[in-house]
Amino acid sequence: MKNSLINQSFKNAKKENRPALLTYTVAGDNTKKKSLEILKSISNYADICELGFPHNTPIADGGQIQTSAYRAIKNGIKINDVFSIVRNFKKSKKDKPVILMGYYNMVYQYNENKFITKCKKSKVDGLIIVDLPYPENKIFAAKCKKNNINFIQLISPTTSKLRLKKIINDSHDMIYYISMLSTTGGKLKVSANEIISQYQIIKNHNKSKNVVIGFGITEKTIKSLKKADGLVVGSAICKEITKSIKKRQNTVTNVINLVKRLKNKIK
Amino acid sequence: MKLKKGIPLIDQHDKNGFWGGKFGGSYIPETLKKPIEDLTKEFQKLRKNKKFLKKKDFYFKNYIGSPTNFVKLENLSNYLDGAQIWAKVVSEANGGAHKIYNATVHALICKAMGKKYIIGDTGAGYAGKMLSMAAKKFGLRCKIFMGAKDIKRQKPNCDAMRRNGAEIVPVYSGSQTLVDAVSECMRYWVSNCDNTHMCVGSTVGPNIFVKICGWSTAQISKELKAQLKEKFKKIPKKLKLINCVGGGSSAYGFWSEFIDFNKKHIELIGVEAGGPKKSLLHAAPLSRNAKIGILHGAASYVCQNSEGQIHETESISAGLDYPGVSPIHCFLKDTKRARYTYATDEEALNAYQLVTRFEKLNPSLEPSHAFAEAIKIAPKLSKDTIIIVNSCGDAKKDRDILKERLVRN
Ligand SMILES: Cc1ncc(COP(=O)(O)O)c(C=O)c1O
Repeated sequence: MKNSLINQSFKNAKKENRPALLTYTVAGDNTKKKSLEILKSISNYADICELGFPHNTPIADGGQIQTSAYRAIKNGIKINDVFSIVRNFKKSKKDKPVILMGYYNMVYQYNENKFITKCKKSKVDGLIIVDLPYPENKIFAAKCKKNNINFIQLISPTTSKLRLKKIINDSHDMIYYISMLSTTGGKLKVSANEIISQYQIIKNHNKSKNVVIGFGITEKTIKSLKKADGLVVGSAICKEITKSIKKRQNTVTNVINLVKRLKNKIK
Repeated sequence: MKLKKGIPLIDQHDKNGFWGGKFGGSYIPETLKKPIEDLTKEFQKLRKNKKFLKKKDFYFKNYIGSPTNFVKLENLSNYLDGAQIWAKVVSEANGGAHKIYNATVHALICKAMGKKYIIGDTGAGYAGKMLSMAAKKFGLRCKIFMGAKDIKRQKPNCDAMRRNGAEIVPVYSGSQTLVDAVSECMRYWVSNCDNTHMCVGSTVGPNIFVKICGWSTAQISKELKAQLKEKFKKIPKKLKLINCVGGGSSAYGFWSEFIDFNKKHIELIGVEAGGPKKSLLHAAPLSRNAKIGILHGAASYVCQNSEGQIHETESISAGLDYPGVSPIHCFLKDTKRARYTYATDEEALNAYQLVTRFEKLNPSLEPSHAFAEAIKIAPKLSKDTIIIVNSCGDAKKDRDILKERLVRN
């Protein structure tokens, strides 16, 4: 997928000599309208927008993303709403890549093929399915590729050498390295050096793949991982949304400010 | 989709871990791939290792107290005036329920793998209590994840866990029951899999956990087979084995030796939690035709909406209050080898009262669901039909619920 928007945005960031900034927010948090508004405004600073389709039994998510997901579900978000958020977003931001992220049961209930078709129609650029690991994801990933959708493989500190090689060989434009043994929202418990050296091992296998690091990235830690192709911030943003709602402050403004600060730290 | 003969059901999955090509598997985050692969290899090795098997048998006999009794419920049978009702009194096992088999095996595996920490989920509190016992016995540090609602309603088992030195981690998300406890336990494992072993409390979860649990509880039917031959000289001609089904570990353990028999000869009946009579909520994915979905790392029939969000469940029995079920029971359902039905809260309570009125037996609310079905069908059956109920838990833990719900006179 040589001229994919995802590839392009990594190139753009590289030109500016910085890692790409990837943000994660939950579709429908806290309403459909609000989450679209948040998405649009942060995309002025983020290079790639990850959008979660919320599940009520998320086994790999910590407290912050769970809170966002439960809030969105409670406010009635449905899968088709998630697609319509992306479609609307793309109307004004056609060059900004969007990656949908979620759990396999929702794809399974929607029907794999129908889900992919719908992604394509809505101009989704990539997919992360948290609980569909390699090699179980082979068929699904191939279907995605055929439809010009990036299936994003995950690698973690527990991934063995042999497995690592196979996953990289099977990956598309982007690989997601999970910084530590943790659910989302955990505190970074591994040193930046250690994370970067794992990251480098992945890079050394195939320099053409864009490797991003996620989990435990906050305003405090983001700078230390600057060397990566891209950095993902999720829980910190969800937490900001929760805080803004609690304090009855403007969610959009607060989230934009956070994303700006994050961006400034890696410039 | 077909069952094979002569191979334990837990081993009848394909190379991707699916039974019948579609139930089970391992839908897990990347981080858990390695620990699950390690555990799978270790279990493969241990189950063939004579020394390990000897150790297991030793603890089953001397620690758990195998075999548990197999008794006729004379008074109840006379009262119902139909089929004979027997009980396999698994609640006599150390700790008061079948959960001790799985917990003991997991503690032994944890030791063999050189890990010092063990974690587990629990609903009724038996899986947690047993894991805390086994952890104490084998010198492991233990954490138990339990829904806040269950902590309140199953206090006696929580007291036992704490006495055994385990930490109970309350889970406040979702319905605050077993489903949330399992999720939180898995999350903890994702973060600590380098030094911690996870025990899943039933035949659910990623493929390997279904196998380990089923392998452990299979002890129940091994004992029963021998006891049947002892009492009846041979296996009776008309036999029905009735078991409650939450995740399905006691039912699988109760049935595993008998799956190869013809269903006209030995009928297998699973009883799920129908919930309160007038409620729309239940925990009966098999008998109320839920669709296949993915929950806690495996594909099975799951109570869920059309979008794949998992439904809240409701049951008087914390142990059965779970929206999913074991992939091996899905397989037994689709191959029609077992029949699944449900009992409501009220039916289970009535069954509890009837059993305790006639017999010196105190089945917890989970097996009371199985007794409800036995009581329902026995009067219509011939006297030479043998119904056996797995009385897999003791009602001490249900003290408060029973006090509240039963107006005795
Ligand atoms: C006594 C008892 N029976 C049955 C169950 C249900 O689990 P399973 O279907 O795995 O036997 C439980 C679960 O906690 C239990 O404690």
